[in-house]
Amino acid sequence: MRKASPQRPTPEQLLAQIELEERRARRGRLKVFLGYAGGVGKSFQMLDEARRRRQRGEDVIVCALQPEYPPEVQAIVQKLEAIPTLKIGDSEAIDVDAVIRRHPQVALIDGLAYQNPPGSPNAYRWQDVHQLLDAGISIVTTINLQYLEKLQDEVERITGNRASCTIPTGFLDRTADEIVVVDAPAKDGLWREPLPGERFSALAEAHKLSRLRELALLAAASVVDRQLESYLRSHGMDQPWGVQERILVCVGSRANAAQMLESGRRNADRFQGEFYAIYVQESALSSQEQEVLKRNLDHARELGAQVEIRSGFDNAEAILKFAKQAGITQIFVGHSTRHGVHTRIWGTLVERLIRSAEGIDVVVYPQ
Amino acid sequence: MSSSIPNSTDLSTSHSRTGLGRLQVFLGYAAGVGKTYRMLEEAQQLKRQGKDVVVGYFESHGRKDTIGRTAGLEMIPTKTISYRGVMLQEMDTEAILKRRPAICVVDELAHTNVPGSERCKRWEDVQVLLDLGIDVMTNMNIQHLESLNDHIFHITGVRVRETVPDWLVKSASDVVMVDATTEALMNRLKRGVIYTPEKAQRALENFFKESTLVSLRELALRQAAHELDVRGATEIAEGGTDISPASSVEEKEIRDRILIYVTPDPSSAMVIRRGRRMADYLGADCFAVSVLAPRGDHRTDERVDAVETHLNFARNLHIEARILEGNDPAETIVDFARRNRITQILLSRPKHRTWGLLLGTDMIPRIVRNAKDIRVIVLAERRRQHQPSAI
Repeated sequence: MRKASPQRPTPEQLLAQIELEERRARRGRLKVFLGYAGGVGKSFQMLDEARRRRQRGEDVIVCALQPEYPPEVQAIVQKLEAIPTLKIGDSEAIDVDAVIRRHPQVALIDGLAYQNPPGSPNAYRWQDVHQLLDAGISIVTTINLQYLEKLQDEVERITGNRASCTIPTGFLDRTADEIVVVDAPAKDGLWREPLPGERFSALAEAHKLSRLRELALLAAASVVDRQLESYLRSHGMDQPWGVQERILVCVGSRANAAQMLESGRRNADRFQGEFYAIYVQESALSSQEQEVLKRNLDHARELGAQVEIRSGFDNAEAILKFAKQAGITQIFVGHSTRHGVHTRIWGTLVERLIRSAEGIDVVVYPQ
Repeated sequence: MSSSIPNSTDLSTSHSRTGLGRLQVFLGYAAGVGKTYRMLEEAQQLKRQGKDVVVGYFESHGRKDTIGRTAGLEMIPTKTISYRGVMLQEMDTEAILKRRPAICVVDELAHTNVPGSERCKRWEDVQVLLDLGIDVMTNMNIQHLESLNDHIFHITGVRVRETVPDWLVKSASDVVMVDATTEALMNRLKRGVIYTPEKAQRALENFFKESTLVSLRELALRQAAHELDVRGATEIAEGGTDISPASSVEEKEIRDRILIYVTPDPSSAMVIRRGRRMADYLGADCFAVSVLAPRGDHRTDERVDAVETHLNFARNLHIEARILEGNDPAETIVDFARRNRITQILLSRPKHRTWGLLLGTDMIPRIVRNAKDIRVIVLAERRRQHQPSAI
């Protein structure tokens, strides 16, 4: 998530960045193929890439595979070198020591969300991956969406299930260097006609899968957005390019902003964007005005807006200053239908925003 | 002059399929991400399942791995057309129709056919196939989507000429994201897999900058997610099932109606594209109007021509468009909006330097004041990124 006021990095941040980069240079690189369900072709894409890497002369080995593959995937697997897993009862674990001894450039792990058998040095497979990366071996692996810890609630809302073994949020956010989303309609979904009695359940199933699919694409988009942000920051640019919509609603103490806030929220959701509200402090509010303001700010927070309170003699200027810092793409502002002083003040704010909000849309909302 | 817009939504919001065949679009974010490769892989799989699939058009770009994917697939020979002494290959739509496969693979949906071809654009050929019940698999890049044209220009500095109308993509049964990391893509370019060395050099200066690619990738991922979102909502509506409680009942009631205010100013094209996109996102109806002075007053042919060009552009994006007559545009627009139950008026922000100097610059404040209960959206030209000093 973008912070409310992205600014130039502090010396401490820069140092941390440099240390991170140095650590990364010594470590292997982690590439993740993210899919939304089984059977969308993650294994194929990963193994096919491994095949091409070998053709180019990279030293690629396999350290963990899925129990079964369709014939076209099996054909690729057979051509790759593998280090056998350790079998303990029904379960198996990556032979981390053997992989480190062999020390390939790249190791493939098909399926990351596994618990290692009891008594293994690491409880989880993702911990094995950390160990291998530290040893300077690059890893290419596959993950299914439902195993990501941070998406558990959303996945459960869609499927009704929670995974028992999850991958911690930081793994994808901080450890992974690259993420590729593997997208495809559900297995045979598009070209297969549903059987006569199947239509309803097939539709429900297809709907679930397409929600998961959407979630996977958005998860990847947010990783990419962070990548863009850190790129911009490391190149000293803080002007975001508006790939993501960032919506700012101006609230005041004179009119109920509920409708405008709700509409802002809806817009932010539809565009998968971020949502902010701003209030520029005024002097000498009547108790009624204080009441309206409190209701507006509470409502903004309830709707999940990041609320900014700014002070400033000139409200248009304060709003625009924040908008530029946060990379706002749309400003929502209300125009009063009342006459008199208020109309003049609001009219002025609206006009000044329209005149000065260069590069930002201004949405004038009836109040 | 009559100025009412019919309530029917069949023109501007036709999310239904264009023909009988199903359309699958593989969406990428740049040349070389593997769209064709992935599509052919899919075709191979369908063939293994016994489906009657042929390749109607395939552009190899000399990429060995991709050529390898066509092995064993039936290829419909292309048509050779001579244009200014050069022999060019185009898809032979008539030959495909004669062969009548169940599924046809068509590379590069955004391609413009050689002048003199039966149809101007490849997507029009694809429509012919769909109309005759042939399922089509095809591919395009995010920058080819018409409504994103300005946005792409801001990101890349390149004005993309070959575009695909949004309604065609909307009509697809499925849009598949073909993803690759920007790093892998840059490596492919440097290895000479994507373009010849001279072309690769030029590409590095335009699209293939890391920051640009990352932006395009994010845009494509979000677009692909949006396409699923739209289809999810339609599926529910069509199936009549209540799978997701958060479905669009309440949103139906407050269905938005967007009015795009078109002027002779070139920024009108941007407003039309953004309006189209907004309407798609909000599931809204969308109209475009322009106000001209009655004949003889301040009406010049250039103004009429510019406005007509913009309105035709809107029509191409399936937006209902018309000219209104009136001496006071602000009043005419708001009056029209009110009579047609418009909920949002879209117009473009006046250029900074001319603000307050030109005649009629109080247009926007006056529209805002008159509109009262209608939302007014003043769209800004999104700024071009500033170029990083060194990449």
